[in-house]
Amino acid sequence: MNTLPQQLANGLFLGSMYGLIAIGYTMVYGIVQLINFAHGEIFMTGGFGALTVYLYVLPDGTSMWIALPAMLIGGGLVSVLIAVGAERFAYRPLRGAPRLAPLITAIGLSLALQQAVFNWYPDAKTDRKFPQIDAGPWHLGSISISSGSLFVIIAAPVCMAALAFFVRLSRTGRAMQATAQDPDTAQLMGIDTNRIIVVAFAIGGFFAAVAAVAYGLRLGQIKYDMGFQMGLKAFTAAVLGGIGNIYGAMIGGLVLGLAETLATSYIDEIPGMQQLGGGGWSSVWAFVLLILVLLFRPQGLVGERVADRA
Amino acid sequence: MRHRSLVILTSVLTTGALTLTACGSRDNNKGGDSGSKKTEVIIGVDAPLTGQNSATGLGIQGGVQVAVDDANKKNLVPGVTFKVQALDDKAIPASGQQNATQLVNNDKVLGVVGPLNSGVATQMQQVFATANLVEISPSNTAPELTQGKNWQTKKVRPFKTYFRTATTDALQGGFAADYAYNTLKKKNVFVVDDKQTYGAGLAKLFTAGFTKAGGKVVGTDHVNTGDTDFSALVTKIKNSKADLVYYGGQYDESEKLTKQLKDGGAKIPLFGGDGMFSDTYIQTAGKTSEGDLATSVGQPVDTLASAQDFIKKYKAAGLKGDYGTYGGYSYDAATAIIKAIGNVVKDGKVPSDARAKIVDEVGKTKFNGVAGPVAFDQYGDTTNKQLTVYQVTNGKWKAVKSGTFNG
Repeated sequence: MNTLPQQLANGLFLGSMYGLIAIGYTMVYGIVQLINFAHGEIFMTGGFGALTVYLYVLPDGTSMWIALPAMLIGGGLVSVLIAVGAERFAYRPLRGAPRLAPLITAIGLSLALQQAVFNWYPDAKTDRKFPQIDAGPWHLGSISISSGSLFVIIAAPVCMAALAFFVRLSRTGRAMQATAQDPDTAQLMGIDTNRIIVVAFAIGGFFAAVAAVAYGLRLGQIKYDMGFQMGLKAFTAAVLGGIGNIYGAMIGGLVLGLAETLATSYIDEIPGMQQLGGGGWSSVWAFVLLILVLLFRPQGLVGERVADRA
Repeated sequence: MRHRSLVILTSVLTTGALTLTACGSRDNNKGGDSGSKKTEVIIGVDAPLTGQNSATGLGIQGGVQVAVDDANKKNLVPGVTFKVQALDDKAIPASGQQNATQLVNNDKVLGVVGPLNSGVATQMQQVFATANLVEISPSNTAPELTQGKNWQTKKVRPFKTYFRTATTDALQGGFAADYAYNTLKKKNVFVVDDKQTYGAGLAKLFTAGFTKAGGKVVGTDHVNTGDTDFSALVTKIKNSKADLVYYGGQYDESEKLTKQLKDGGAKIPLFGGDGMFSDTYIQTAGKTSEGDLATSVGQPVDTLASAQDFIKKYKAAGLKGDYGTYGGYSYDAATAIIKAIGNVVKDGKVPSDARAKIVDEVGKTKFNGVAGPVAFDQYGDTTNKQLTVYQVTNGKWKAVKSGTFNG
């Protein structure tokens, strides 16, 4: 059996999740040059928001086909509220401060959110089971696709396309581009930059919630510390694709997902490399790739023009 | 004349006063012995109480708590009140070592139950050995903990303060391999481990047993603890045409692996060790766990007549979490320590070399515990070599075979 098509599909599923989270990093960075390290936790709270909707809002035994949109909205709402709240109360007061201050705040916020869920969400001290779509797996040629993977492979392009249209065509989207290019001039032109920053945080938060629902559906569970590793990977994806660029984030995510999957499956088949392959080494190879890309293309794969930011 | 009478008066008064004082102080002493002023002795617990592996870890804490409550109620050691001090190691070796140091430095601690993880134990043994403090693990199964690094060729006991009530992976891995090959009739296995002391060791011993029996290992891979996405690994497993996956590690990763395995369309069971034998595994993996197998040490606690009383008390105590795999063993480990303390601490007086004496007493201990007979051999291993294979049937772990394994 040729496993390559299946492995490529696995990489795309994983990469789409990374990409969705990476959008949040990249949009915030593009506009306020802040690396929002609490974004992984915003992703996590989105998962718990969706779970709350399923467990406590919807009546028991609701079909997943009806529950899923409600969970997306609920999870999205929680993530957006937390992201916007973080911006308003943690980052905005530090807007003029040296770069390190908001960075440390972000790390602190990340720990605080993690501990809050850990302590106060019912039974969140270990894994919480996430509801499953009772269907699939489907087969497409030699590729088998589970219901959770199907969700992410549909949701990611839809979200991405919507975002692209929004940024290109809407008034707010153009204002975002302008703010990213030069916040001071944008403000002089009558753009409410504070509002634009809030919108960037909100979109990032919603995308993270979509990724969290995808995570829950694919793995069957969510956990208070799931944001740490996923956040780190998504941040890597954003840098890989060129931080500040929304298309770069998605492409970076896909490349990272593919790299991890292919490293897991094929490195140990290369003669002499048995010891360096397999699942235990996948992250190592992903970061080797990151270093190589940054060596030869410091601006990332898709890259952002850095010149006009003096 | 006047002078003399004054002397007599003074001496009478003084004598009377002294007598009275003496009486008073004697009374006070008596009150202290029989009243509330008992000596407090702490039984330490070290296990993961939050995060990874905590479902199993909380069972250890609960088991010790029930044992200590029992000892206090029955006044097993006159003049002594027992208390539990439970520390959370989060399944991280460095935290375990810090906890060990903290327990060692508290003079009231005369014995410790724990840890859950073999990898954590390796970092704690030396600390306890230096302080002569007895440590009984209810769950460590890595052979080198009691029999030294070269246990396969030459057994040497590295730490005389370390004991365990669980049997070793040398037996567990072989027992599982025997069951997989001879009972399940599986011929091609894919072996995965988590690179930890326990997981990697168990996987290696299973592999050895399985190939010796005549089976074939069609692939191996390793995962990191904390990994979540195993889709690439699942594709590899499917492609290898394995009819069984053996996993050396804990439930945290295996519950995700089994779900992704079945979602990926591979209808083959996952087989693991006692680290996977947890109700959380079934709860989280849901019906994808149906048919999966796990070996665990001892006989199933809920079917043992000796354990019924313990189970009742555990449930009545309103403890956090289930007694799980090791609750019964933890009860026995704590009881072994309490009995040893009873032989050393008389009338609430703790001798200065109590810790060393307790280590010797634990080595000699012999009684029938809730999870089977409790006694230790010259390495500190339990003499109870019972093992059981469990299979997930209708959403519950069901014991399918109990027995002993001798190489």
